[in-house]
Amino acid sequence: MSAREEIMSRIRTALSDAPAVPEVQRTYRRTSEMSREQLIEQLVDRLVDYKANVDVVPAADAAATIAARLSAATSYVVPAGLDEAWLAEVPAGTRRVVDSAEQPASVADLDAIDAVVTASAVSVSESGTIILDGSATQGRRAISLVPDQHVCVVPASTIVQLLPEALPRMDVTRPQTWISGPSATSDIELERVEGVHGPRILDVVILEDA
Amino acid sequence: MSSTFVGMPTLPSQRGHGNLHAEEPFPQAATRELGNTQLRANLRHATHTIRDKRLNVVGELPDWEDLRQAGSDTKDAVMADLPAKLEEFEANFTARGGVVHWARDAEEANRIVTDLVRETGSEEVVKVKSMATQEIGLNEHLEEQGIAAFETDLAELIVQLGDDKPSHILVPAIHKNRTEVRDIFLQEMPEVDPALTDNPAELAMAARAHLRKKFLGAKVAISGANFALADTGTLGVVESEGNGRMCLTLPETLITVMGIEKVLPTAQDLEVFMQLLPRSSTGERMNPYTSLWTGVTEGDGPQNVHIVLLDNGRTNALADKYGRTALNCIRCSACMNVCPVYERTGGHAYGSTYPGPIGAILSPLMTGIEAEDNGSLPYASSLCGACYDACPVKINIPDILVHLRGEDVKAQHEASRVPTEMDVLMKGAEIALSSGKVLNLMEKALPLGRLVAGRDKKIKKLPGKLAGAWTSSRDIPAPPAQSFRDWWKKEGRA
Repeated sequence: MSAREEIMSRIRTALSDAPAVPEVQRTYRRTSEMSREQLIEQLVDRLVDYKANVDVVPAADAAATIAARLSAATSYVVPAGLDEAWLAEVPAGTRRVVDSAEQPASVADLDAIDAVVTASAVSVSESGTIILDGSATQGRRAISLVPDQHVCVVPASTIVQLLPEALPRMDVTRPQTWISGPSATSDIELERVEGVHGPRILDVVILEDA
Repeated sequence: MSSTFVGMPTLPSQRGHGNLHAEEPFPQAATRELGNTQLRANLRHATHTIRDKRLNVVGELPDWEDLRQAGSDTKDAVMADLPAKLEEFEANFTARGGVVHWARDAEEANRIVTDLVRETGSEEVVKVKSMATQEIGLNEHLEEQGIAAFETDLAELIVQLGDDKPSHILVPAIHKNRTEVRDIFLQEMPEVDPALTDNPAELAMAARAHLRKKFLGAKVAISGANFALADTGTLGVVESEGNGRMCLTLPETLITVMGIEKVLPTAQDLEVFMQLLPRSSTGERMNPYTSLWTGVTEGDGPQNVHIVLLDNGRTNALADKYGRTALNCIRCSACMNVCPVYERTGGHAYGSTYPGPIGAILSPLMTGIEAEDNGSLPYASSLCGACYDACPVKINIPDILVHLRGEDVKAQHEASRVPTEMDVLMKGAEIALSSGKVLNLMEKALPLGRLVAGRDKKIKKLPGKLAGAWTSSRDIPAPPAQSFRDWWKKEGRA
């Protein structure tokens, strides 16, 4: 008998008393009424608590804000589908690498790059969580992981308050990364310190009218 | 492969093996650990820090109790319908290019993983913190087979470098303070700056530098999983440092070892569990990073993706209808952080990979109560109930502890035909309390007790091992001159 058959058989024997299958009552909050301003305010509050840097700007200022955040970087990587207009003001001397599944940068290449700029799919203000889903504006998971600085653009229209509001907007079968602040650890005396293996700098650019 | 078993013999559950045992009776281990004052100070500091954080973030949510109930019901529903959920997960994970393996026990899981690593030609692997691989002793097994396993979680790294054992399921190095961690790093990391201080931020930087090359060059990663979603075939890992993302994204091969109880019915269930878990474990609104992957995604992440579904005694726990809800555990560690026993003894006293209140029920449920010294674990509790209050999926740990104490007594009876002193006392109580007539008769002896108590009206010493032990630290007040029944007869009916 295969291991699979044997384990399944053990489970059926263990459940021979036919325990009841309870109906799950989803009585927790699943919708919210916050205004766009309130959502932005809550998201900013959470992200700042996580030690992320946050700019809230009109979409027209996106390029200038991103350029300012990249001022210390000598190189940056972007996913192939990123809005070209967002990068218009980055100085020409800053080396740009465009990454895609078809033409991926190697891990060694990424390790030599200072920063990454991506968009995002959905954000949850209550927990300060930004969700990337690997689509063309966000790119392969490796690009938002290896460089030490992540500049992440969040259009205000993609912010919801609650996690239950975010899930219907997502396809979980895409490779997802949920980001709530820069990398951190609580492993020494359960005190949180920011900056371990993931990007140590997280810059969030919230576009208030996009 | 057929998914129905018409006419097949049903097999009984099998006990779990591996690092699931108390190696000595809990009272003995606890006594030794309690003698370590540094350990007690470290634990007190850490558990009190996390308690306050957890209460703050849990208090923020007006629907916390609704979430707990939904989480508890979801897990109950999964366990009651586990074969179907596992089949659904398997079909979806396979359809997306993943390969599913099944392991009856620790030994089989270790063998499967070793073979998978060998196939890649790699002689080393990077690891994401995983309770399942800790439970089966995978690192030790790989080492015997000539494969080096590098733990990448900071606390696991501290434990591995210090040649130590984990003492907490979330923060395995909770028993070490910052100075002890610095000393381990100075001794075990040849490249580290000798001027390294014990500032946690600096220690984290040392770990980053130490592991960076390993991550960037790794060909094979081994992980656990916090969830498996049946309706999509998706796996999820919840973490803080980014070591998880490194392992789940950069290598070519990813092998995940996961207990069969981790499956959730639908992707929607994430909305419950991803609110319950981070707030209960690190006391954060959300952990810094969560990764979800569904089989293989072309051009993004590992292209050779496996999962080993592990029984190793889980079916033994499932067969206990009073104890099976222990399998609902999502490994948040909130019960440990609030437990007055854990706070003082630390995790090593429990012996098993799973310490604290949940470990005191899960370990004996998985191995059988009579395995090694696991029968002593259900007594490692004052039954105060703090663990039940803190549990995000409402596992009634105190009830299961009491149930398992009963199982322990039963097992000891079966092992020895000679009645114990406790048996004699209990039998006596059973006879005395069986009818009013008998009790009346026995109560005639009350004045005898007064006589024994003497002038200060205290019985200071009883004979026998058990009763003697009781009176060695307590006095028993002298019995009253007459029983309540006698008093009632005379006065009560007036």
